Amino acid sequence: MTARPHGTVIVGASVAGIAAADALRKNGYDAPIRVLDAQPVMPHNKPPLSKQALEPGHDDARLALRPESYFADAEIELMLGCRAVGLRAAELLVDLDDGSALAADDIVLAPGAAPRRLPAAQMLPGVHVLRSLPDAVALRRALDRGRRVVIGGCGFIGAETAAAARKRGLEVTIVEIAPEPFRALVGAQPARALTRLHRDHGVRILTGVGVTAVAGRGRAEAVLLADGRQLPADVVVLGLGVVPAVEWLTGSGLAIGDGVTCDRYGRSSVPHVYAAGDAAAWPDPFTGLPGRIEHWTTAQQQGAAVGHNIARPGDLQSVPAVPYFWSDQYGVRIQSLGWLDDPAEILCVHGDFGAAEFAAVYRRGDKVAGAFGLGAARHLMPLRSAIERRAPWSEITGRSVPAGASA
Amino acid sequence: MKIRIDEEKCCGYAACLSAAPELFDLGDDNIAIVLNPAPPADQHAAAREALAACPTDAIVVEE
Repeated sequence: MTARPHGTVIVGASVAGIAAADALRKNGYDAPIRVLDAQPVMPHNKPPLSKQALEPGHDDARLALRPESYFADAEIELMLGCRAVGLRAAELLVDLDDGSALAADDIVLAPGAAPRRLPAAQMLPGVHVLRSLPDAVALRRALDRGRRVVIGGCGFIGAETAAAARKRGLEVTIVEIAPEPFRALVGAQPARALTRLHRDHGVRILTGVGVTAVAGRGRAEAVLLADGRQLPADVVVLGLGVVPAVEWLTGSGLAIGDGVTCDRYGRSSVPHVYAAGDAAAWPDPFTGLPGRIEHWTTAQQQGAAVGHNIARPGDLQSVPAVPYFWSDQYGVRIQSLGWLDDPAEILCVHGDFGAAEFAAVYRRGDKVAGAFGLGAARHLMPLRSAIERRAPWSEITGRSVPAGASA
Repeated sequence: MKIRIDEEKCCGYAACLSAAPELFDLGDDNIAIVLNPAPPADQHAAAREALAACPTDAIVVEE
């Protein structure tokens, strides 16, 4: 066995980073493992931050990714509150904010992504983003005393936050720049079902208009829209998407595109440097092009694969080929499998788009590419194998593909 | 290998059905059901995949 005096340095105590550490130990890796993260909080699960964690009095201890004893037992050193500011990839050195550097035999980059913000002058008290536990704690406190909530961006973070705020009885408006909310995420008919779900629960959704500014004296008092309207607000939440946290890797020698470019085993362009999670662009199984996936499950799977691949370089593993994510809004379980973008057709295979529950499949060419459902986990999840093997559309739906559509 | 569900933790995300459809189902109460608590060796990898995929850490695997 090769000597590994420095062991593995993992940047990011994210689900991907912790999964990598865990997989290293499970695969017999006995060299040091150090996990560093800029935030001085224990590694935690992020999906609940926009769901249960916004409920009054939520017990944040429930968010722990692992019990504290796990890290000592597995001899995984956590370096929390320690920020990586640079990487010298060829030398396998991670530069830290205190001026020191960590040497490694292998490096895992799992820094995640950062939420988009407004210009600093507009990030007044009362304006929130939602990505980390401290973000969620701050938003929960704001909701405790808030009355009127304006949410910029009707993506899943915005939608889940809207649901949490409505559950508290607050007045909620979502401002979405696209003409049809959710359409770019899940396609036309499912998007209408999601929009209806929110409107039925009392959310006002303004479409085709963007947020231009937040105004207020010393704290947020109103949101200004591109069409000149002003929405009074005491809590403003920005759900404008995220950018991969890779700016600190400029000059590192790594190939960076939209995230760290990796192969299907999580290996970056420089030997012994790997990436996993929101900041990593592994090849898309459908197109072969590098693509980031911002799902918890993918981050977990990529981290586990990278840990395995460092411990057992002779037995490389990739990840399951079908991305999966879920959302919870108003007690409705929303789930997605595979590829929902740019479908040629969407068809219900259970229930219908106007009903409280449905499962739908998405076509690319003459193949099943994805599936999406509301409150229909049992009907939806078995479709994964059909998506994985690119099942013929006709086999799953009993419908033929329009002439000329088969790729 | 023995597998079971911690019903206190299961929230019905059905990630286990996705990872190992031959080992798990979802009941009418949206709580996961183990179809085979002592799976044969060729399903152990799928069971471990389900364990890792569960967002609420509700699958207990004893090896």
